[in-house]
Amino acid sequence: MKSVADMTKGETAIISGFTDEEISVKLLEMGFLPGTAVRFNFAAPFGDPICVSVSGYDLSLRLEEASTISILN
Amino acid sequence: MAAAKLKIALAGKPNSGKSSLFNQLTGLNQKIGNFPGVTVDKRTGSCQLDDKTIAEIIDLPGTYSLYPRTLDEKVVAEVFTDQRGKFYPDKVVLVADATNLKNCLLLLTQLIDLRLPTVLALNMVDLAARSGQSIDLKKLEKKLDMPVVMINARNGTGIENLKSILAGPVKPSSRVVYQSDEESRVLIGKIRTKFNLTSDYEAYQFLQQSDNLVFLPKHDREFIRQSAKDNNFFAHKYQGAETIMRYGFIQDLLNEVIMRSSDEGWKKVSHSIDRVLTHKVGGYIIFFVILFLIFQSIFAWAQIPMDFIDSTFAHLTTRLDQVFPKGPFFELISHGIIPGIGGIVIFIPQIAILFAFISILEETGYMARVVFLMDKIMRKFGLNGKSVVPLMSGWACAIPAIMATRTIDNWKDRLITIFVTPLMSCSARLPVYTILVALIIPDYKVLGFFSYQGLVLMGLYLLGFVAAILSALAMKFLIKVKERSYLIMELPTYKMPKWSNVGLQIIEKTKAFVFEAGKTILAISIILYVLASYGPADVMSGADQTVRSKTEGLKLPESEIQGKVASYKLEHSYAGELGKILEPVIKPLGYDWKIGIALVTSFAAREVFVGTIATIYSIGSADDESTIKQKLKTEINPETGGPRYTLPVGLSLLVFYTFAMQCMSTLAIVKRETKGWKWPLIQLGYMTALAYLSAFAVYQLLN
Repeated sequence: MKSVADMTKGETAIISGFTDEEISVKLLEMGFLPGTAVRFNFAAPFGDPICVSVSGYDLSLRLEEASTISILN
Repeated sequence: MAAAKLKIALAGKPNSGKSSLFNQLTGLNQKIGNFPGVTVDKRTGSCQLDDKTIAEIIDLPGTYSLYPRTLDEKVVAEVFTDQRGKFYPDKVVLVADATNLKNCLLLLTQLIDLRLPTVLALNMVDLAARSGQSIDLKKLEKKLDMPVVMINARNGTGIENLKSILAGPVKPSSRVVYQSDEESRVLIGKIRTKFNLTSDYEAYQFLQQSDNLVFLPKHDREFIRQSAKDNNFFAHKYQGAETIMRYGFIQDLLNEVIMRSSDEGWKKVSHSIDRVLTHKVGGYIIFFVILFLIFQSIFAWAQIPMDFIDSTFAHLTTRLDQVFPKGPFFELISHGIIPGIGGIVIFIPQIAILFAFISILEETGYMARVVFLMDKIMRKFGLNGKSVVPLMSGWACAIPAIMATRTIDNWKDRLITIFVTPLMSCSARLPVYTILVALIIPDYKVLGFFSYQGLVLMGLYLLGFVAAILSALAMKFLIKVKERSYLIMELPTYKMPKWSNVGLQIIEKTKAFVFEAGKTILAISIILYVLASYGPADVMSGADQTVRSKTEGLKLPESEIQGKVASYKLEHSYAGELGKILEPVIKPLGYDWKIGIALVTSFAAREVFVGTIATIYSIGSADDESTIKQKLKTEINPETGGPRYTLPVGLSLLVFYTFAMQCMSTLAIVKRETKGWKWPLIQLGYMTALAYLSAFAVYQLLN
């Protein structure tokens, strides 16, 4: 299953769920809601962390955090 | 009966403009401190709401919800659930960023369920309007059943309106957003009755966060934990479901009240700035130019006011000596207390400059990008993207640098940064370095261009840096904490800094240093003064005479006799005795008791080494570097008959000063930032051991 960590620059996807319960509660709070769109904006110079847009604002995520967010596409 | 002051808490997510609102409401009437038990800045201030009402405003740490992600954020859940607590507010202002309401309202819906009388302040309405967004305010008020005020905390629009609403009665909203499921309802009711709580949701929070609510006695927390377990209360599962339910409510609400949503066009500028500032080459270049500018300014520009402070206090001591009658009490004032206060004030320029930069970096939104750029590299060493600024500042001075670690949210990352920052060679080491390097390293040029001495000096800076990085790496594996490290962080849109916020931040940090760390610094400096000025009474009082009779035939000028008297006194003071006691311990490093005395006195601050050396060799003025150098060059080691300051001794001393703590002000500030003596003492032990062993190895290998 694809996750936000697999996305490429400029790609948009729909969040389908989470694979880590502990982080998921934080991610939900920050606006990563199942069914909403997430856009991959750009990655930091070494490819990690990454910047995404979700629920109307820009967030940074480490790849290990991004890999727990499953996406549909 | 005097009515208790109205308590108003400001809550909201980070970057919502909460601090700006706090500054608007309180101006200069601010007090800073810590929330009990944790090092979280507690900012309180008083505000005149109307003719009759004065309120105490409490600025809470920025948070997205009641569930904490860092130790600091735990404070928020505690404040709102501890009804008997000192900070339990009478009213709450939830500050929301109008350009991005969705994420701001999560915490609001939790406050509603806690039945706290809340006012919603929509901040940055100017930006929201420019982005084309329009909100049906009346409908929003009705749907939330609470007052809603539009404000612009940057220029003060709407603040008076907010004040007058806060002065009047505010009722808790009658809405209930979160309904717990059937199975846990009985349990929630049981907890609510037992602890006599005002809302079901408060009982639910008790069940969710029993570990975090430290105001509850241990047996109560144990009771809650056990009840949760017995009744299959799954904290994480419920928490996820709760958040989804709340966002469902918020989305429905926004669909109804937002008449026209914003286009994302206004963010275009911010996005193009990001393309430059987070560029894989350009981003780092810009960041290091900014770091260099910060470093340069605390290193070089602060020197001017520092020299001024230094000479002012020296002048004051001389003046007082003339005015005061003789006697130990007056000498304690003029030579112990006044220079001690001077030793505190001298740090103010560096603190002010560093925090001016840091608050500009935070206000503009650039700090989040620094973390973004540096996270991957720093994390390898157990540090955080935000550790870069404190570490670099450590090259100028560890005091402001350690104060700057408060920007690091993660406690473990913050602790490691605090621990290793004093290993960075600060500017106080420079006088020690230069005099010793000039003394023992020949003034050659390598390849006709690089000075040999310069290379050694650079090597010392590098040595400290490497030690800091390696120590951080070691601590990464040694310290175990439950707290997981996250980097789920907002990258706010870029903004111009608000200068009054920058100014208030400088005042706040300076006050915190002077009034909190200052006490410890003053106490230690008085102790060191007494140690260096007093000794067994008969020897000390006869010092003048003894020296004069010894040097009678030499026909020395008066100033030289004075110098010899000072040297004699220092030798026979308690500090001198301590130096002699230390001699066997420091002998393997190549030092004698004279260096031992300098080690003792320079515990106050490293640069004192030079002054002590000048006194002990009765050089007179410590300002003249070449005189000191000449004098030290001719100093003979009685055991070998050769010079005292050989290459091995000099290098051993240089390595010692690179690693040793030797700074009471650093200890004082670490004590303040870590809440207690545990960490400063571990740090002192570690750095002293590291210094001793390295100096030992250097001397033994070279000698």
